[in-house]
Amino acid sequence: MTDVVMPQMGESIVEGTLTKWLKKPGEHVDRDEPLFEISTDKVDTEIPSPTAGTLSEVLVEEGKTVGINTVVARIEEGGNGAGARPKAAQPAAQPPAQPVQAPPPPRQSAPQPEPPEQETIQPTPAPHQIEDTAPATGPLSPLVRKMAREHNIDLSRITGTGSGGRITKQDIETYLAQQKAQPAAPAPKTPAAPAPAPRAPRVEPPSPGPLPPSGQARTRIEPMSTMRIKIAEHMVLSKRTSAHVTTIHKVDMTKVAKVRERNKANVQAQYGFSLTYLPFITRASVVALRQYPIVNASIDGNNIIYHNEINIGVAVALENGLIVPVIRNADEKNVLGLQRAIVDLAGRARSRQLKPEEVQGGTFSITNFGSFGSMVGTPIINQPQVAILGVGTVEKTPVVIDDAIAIRSISYLSLTFDHRLIDGALADQFMTKAKQVLEDWSEDVL
Amino acid sequence: MRSCQLRELGRVDYGKAYELQQQLAAERKQGLIGDHLLLLEHPHVVTLGRNGHMEHLLAPPEVLSRAGISFHPTDRGGDITYHGPGQLVGYPILDLREWKRDVVGYVRAIEQVIIDTLADFGISAGRVPKLTGVWVDGRKIAAIGVHISRWVTSHGFALNVNTDLSYFQYIVPCGLTKSVTSMAQLGCAADLNDVARCLAGHFGRVFDCEMLLEPAVLAAPGK
Repeated sequence: MTDVVMPQMGESIVEGTLTKWLKKPGEHVDRDEPLFEISTDKVDTEIPSPTAGTLSEVLVEEGKTVGINTVVARIEEGGNGAGARPKAAQPAAQPPAQPVQAPPPPRQSAPQPEPPEQETIQPTPAPHQIEDTAPATGPLSPLVRKMAREHNIDLSRITGTGSGGRITKQDIETYLAQQKAQPAAPAPKTPAAPAPAPRAPRVEPPSPGPLPPSGQARTRIEPMSTMRIKIAEHMVLSKRTSAHVTTIHKVDMTKVAKVRERNKANVQAQYGFSLTYLPFITRASVVALRQYPIVNASIDGNNIIYHNEINIGVAVALENGLIVPVIRNADEKNVLGLQRAIVDLAGRARSRQLKPEEVQGGTFSITNFGSFGSMVGTPIINQPQVAILGVGTVEKTPVVIDDAIAIRSISYLSLTFDHRLIDGALADQFMTKAKQVLEDWSEDVL
Repeated sequence: MRSCQLRELGRVDYGKAYELQQQLAAERKQGLIGDHLLLLEHPHVVTLGRNGHMEHLLAPPEVLSRAGISFHPTDRGGDITYHGPGQLVGYPILDLREWKRDVVGYVRAIEQVIIDTLADFGISAGRVPKLTGVWVDGRKIAAIGVHISRWVTSHGFALNVNTDLSYFQYIVPCGLTKSVTSMAQLGCAADLNDVARCLAGHFGRVFDCEMLLEPAVLAAPGK
């Protein structure tokens, strides 16, 4: 007989209200299976059973508040024949301070390596049996293995859609849904016989019962990822909020290209990152933003908010979306500092290591679609900002200079601005300034 | 330092968010994932905790559904409450064994996060003894209701940013005949997302963990 006590759920807690019995007297309970619930200060907590057996006595009824360590129930150990001994071992996962029996180490029959509760609820079919049937399509995640076990699924009947044909959680769910849809499916969800083959004697479903081959479907429905939903909301919100207009300027990047060529190797050697065009363009934007602060503003009702800081968001493409980390006080950085910030932020954006404040507070954004080969784009404003600069690819192009044809490195820069606040003339003055900084580049890199 | 993945989900149906919580909590228990903080908003919904009293629902379900409000009994602590647009809802999925094995300490910490957040917006809020939640001048601005299983938390808190408070008329919030308030009602015109970001920062500080941002975009310039 094991006493079940009201556990202590925290330092200052001296009592708890037993709100619900999850088992009735006489019912069997497995070790670690939720046995009752207590409530302390708006927190409901499920308390797992300290042992396996039959709930023989319930000493505290629902709704009663009792002190910690009060015995609330007794469990008669059973199942393992007559000589069942009290089990003292507490799984690590258990609430503390439950002084049950002190003595002997657990001498359980079946050593169960994994703690999770569900495992104990149903007799677990020997795990390797299922793994044996797993197709040789790479490792399975613990979640998938668990699901397969719980639902008694023969994994060889599932086609994996994950990378390298791996079976994913989604695949299992799809399979289960299909099984449900098939009325005749045997689906014995109660492996009452703990014996050998839990998979229910292959009562062949009528006919080979081919699964609806997903390959033949004309469409496939997949829920959007959270990031996708966010992006979608933001794009539409921005389009609805601002009066988008885009102006495009052709910029001769030849001088910048030369400066870049000259410094590239040294920057790589001394600082360990490569020098791109982006910090030059960011620097030119900063200079132009200083001259035209309204491009660095935002709108609040009928007020214009001028930002004293110049914080530039740089769009970073991710595998399935994008994010815009912010270079704070970009006006205090030279080309080298900007390049370092870009490398750092982009790297951490891709490894999901950005902190919330690092994507906040941007006052202007830059998106470099040129790196994907695009020549001209019309980006969408990053709310609540009022302008965004799009950078096209830098390409050697024949141009006419003083009636002669020359080969120059040309890039198209596009500025999408919010016409509610910024008029075309000002937008073009801004662009002319940025263009002039780039074409007459005069700052040192190293 | 421990870390906590922040997920900002936008507006999510109660049922969907509940499923996600269940899934994350299950994975957290198995150690497949780390701590998470979900921040979101619900469409109009009234939820009833395990220990809630149906009589605190002042309108019959038909009236609710006509008003566009759904109704969900659920398994958190606490009584009845309302969620809706303009309310910042937070669901921390934490393994308290890695913080403190103290469920009341946990609730007090959640209150602290909200109090600190409100302070940043110039609102002086505090606790009322025996009444879990966050209060401003005797009116409730944030409600708390938590579920814990194997020291893993689910459910959480709801902070009224610019909630339409008239929706609370359908219920006796948390079974208390005290009035509710919001940041907007107190004259603070903060944006829900700004409050969320600010709160995430305080959450990291109070729970002593580094908040990691999922690449789920603040905004996305694209073509």
